[in-house]
Amino acid sequence: MTRIVHKFTRTVPDWQPRVTPVKLEEASAEQLDALKVTPSNTKVSAYVLTLAHDVESLKVRSPLFNAIMYDPGGMSRAEREVGALAASMVNRCIYCAAVHADRHAKLEKSTEVTDQLFLNGPNARLSPRDRAIFDFAVKLAKAPPEAGAEDMSKLREAGLSEEEILDLILSSALFGWANRLMHVLGDPVAKTAKA
Amino acid sequence: MSIFETTALSVAGIAAETATGAATATRANIMEMTQAAEEAVLAPEDTGAFPHELRAALAARVARLNGDDGLAERYLARAGTFAGLADTGTDGSAEGLAVVVGFFDKVAARTAEVAAEDIAALQTAGVSDADIVRLCELNAFLAYQIRLIAGLRLMQGDAA
Repeated sequence: MTRIVHKFTRTVPDWQPRVTPVKLEEASAEQLDALKVTPSNTKVSAYVLTLAHDVESLKVRSPLFNAIMYDPGGMSRAEREVGALAASMVNRCIYCAAVHADRHAKLEKSTEVTDQLFLNGPNARLSPRDRAIFDFAVKLAKAPPEAGAEDMSKLREAGLSEEEILDLILSSALFGWANRLMHVLGDPVAKTAKA
Repeated sequence: MSIFETTALSVAGIAAETATGAATATRANIMEMTQAAEEAVLAPEDTGAFPHELRAALAARVARLNGDDGLAERYLARAGTFAGLADTGTDGSAEGLAVVVGFFDKVAARTAEVAAEDIAALQTAGVSDADIVRLCELNAFLAYQIRLIAGLRLMQGDAA
């Protein structure tokens, strides 16, 4: 029996696709290339095998995702995770929120910010800088986007540089993308206890 | 192509010599990959059930749903015979695409509410699993591009 997770959590669930993923043994050469399958690396997640149905997108998406979240310079990795988490909370992507809350906690070596966000949502007690970052990312993630000139001013007042602001826009926007794949194409399910 | 000619930067009206332009230049690789991602969803070689003109029409529709008329015009120019779908007052039934268009609107604008039944409805309507993924990738990319453009406009101080 599968148990779908409905509440935000830092415990990363499994992801169960709502469509049938590409079968590795039936994958085309182009799909195998995009999946980075090699004789020593044959483990591919159900999520990536699902995205392999649209191999042209998958090929460009992975390097773009990595560049936005991990390239050096600009905003810190932990703060980019706040941008990702804010969008995931707006779109209620339980799986994405879990992964990126967990990464934030590990990068910061603290669960304080993500505990606050999951417990109190928009009323979370945050530092002025995290407050400005989270609020901007939430408003940008809405449909249509609700971020305005005042929200931008608050980012600058909180001390963010232009490069940091761009990275925040990118991380929140990127999760507008990721959430519409992960939350739409599958369900977050509680991991089965290992014997 | 210069990064300032990419869809995101040109629709947002970002010029190289501005502070916002300088910031985007530090992320030139991301701006280039964003454009490559647009090509992959708007004009893929393997279109599945969704030809390029239909994709452009759906893109224009989502841009309009998000209040971005500048981006909508750009995609509308490529929408050919499907241009009518960019009108958010239509529901796709005239083109026999009511289920697809209904799903596309919901994923774009009411993402949190999307549930397993929505995917099941597409499958019941005969949309293949590969085409469901293609539809989601197009929609999801647009969500990103629209918000990148909205953020860039705010950075350079345009009214939202």
